[in-house]
Amino acid sequence: MSEGQIDEGLRSELQRQGVWVTSMQELYNWGRKNSIWPLQFGLACCAIEMIATAASRYDIARFGGEVFRPSPRQADLMIVAGTVTKKMAPQIVRLYNQMPDPKYVISMGACAISGGPFKQGYNVLKGIDRYIPVDVYIPGCPPRPEALLHAFMELQRKIDDQKLTGANKAQHLEPAQPSEFPVPAFGEHDLEPPANPDVFQAPKLERV
Amino acid sequence: METLEQIKNRAELAARGARIDIVVNPGPSQQSSLLIDNAHAVAVAQFLRDHPALNFDYCSNATGVDWLDRVVKKTTKVKQIVDGVEKEVDQTTEEKISGYLEAVYHLYSMKHKHGPLIIRMRTGDRAAGARLPSLTPIWRSAELQEREIFDLYGIHFDGHPDLRRILMWDEFVDHPMRKDYAPPDDFEWEPTPHDDVLERAKKHYEPRPQLDGAEQITAQKP
Repeated sequence: MSEGQIDEGLRSELQRQGVWVTSMQELYNWGRKNSIWPLQFGLACCAIEMIATAASRYDIARFGGEVFRPSPRQADLMIVAGTVTKKMAPQIVRLYNQMPDPKYVISMGACAISGGPFKQGYNVLKGIDRYIPVDVYIPGCPPRPEALLHAFMELQRKIDDQKLTGANKAQHLEPAQPSEFPVPAFGEHDLEPPANPDVFQAPKLERV
Repeated sequence: METLEQIKNRAELAARGARIDIVVNPGPSQQSSLLIDNAHAVAVAQFLRDHPALNFDYCSNATGVDWLDRVVKKTTKVKQIVDGVEKEVDQTTEEKISGYLEAVYHLYSMKHKHGPLIIRMRTGDRAAGARLPSLTPIWRSAELQEREIFDLYGIHFDGHPDLRRILMWDEFVDHPMRKDYAPPDDFEWEPTPHDDVLERAKKHYEPRPQLDGAEQITAQKP
């Protein structure tokens, strides 16, 4: 049994007796994971699926994420929904920098992950993870609302697992970890730099 | 709608000194167009818009075309005397055409419900400061599209009210729709490359490890 955890058998026994036992960490994470407020912005067709997810049929309110905030100052989650053009990328990074910690990013759809069908275009960023860290990726073009809900639940699981203390505590509690990332500049031929080397390293492929 | 020849003759009469050529389109669409000389383009455009029989009051589309230097082969039948007998022989001549940039406008008439009439203007060359007269003073709808042509092809439109880039950022210097445009080389991570993407991605591959010769022993045939 690790630090900060309660024995499940003991807890259920106590619950049967009418005593609810919890820890500060569980209470804190329970509150955070059930009220994730996304930033209200969309970039392309994925945003239409995001809107559908927020509407009554799929109803993201069941997971506590229905409060789309028009200001990054009040948002916990950035859903990058759609193609990130190179002209838009600095604004996305700037919005991310303006969000308060703890903050999370869902990269929704093929375009936000890698550029998708527009990957070889001169004007499309090959994935938002070149500039900001991404927590959950959703494949699809566009992903269905169920996929976004699945990603949302994955994010809730991730938040629930975050530690408040100890060596492997959550990143936003580490003072040394950056919460802002450099905004790329508009260059003469491309964004400068084309990727943030602290965040993105191209994977090495074994080629035979 | 009148035929292109009729419109051409009318416009040449109305705008004195204007020289208009008909660019024939032999393809299935059969959409031939009028090539208008740059000096009289605004006068011709004004005539096309205002003449009561034509009234091309709506410019639905303006776009650019980049033509590189090219060689056109023409075959003509020439009579030659071969072995004392006169025969018709195919003779091919090559004509070099230096490159230019083109702006193409599609015009319709809302009043007479006819169109499209396609007009073109050509620059002298493909140099950086290629210029054409702007038709935005005639058709306001051309404003954003001429900005797009300026952005992607690099044609400067004289007389345009607000000529700046519209899709790319202001600091950008290239013109991406030109045929000799080289996109930035960010192909370091291509999981499924093919065709020209494969060629670009290969430049980022790590060199193969040096072979020590041992693999050739197993590959030898008995």
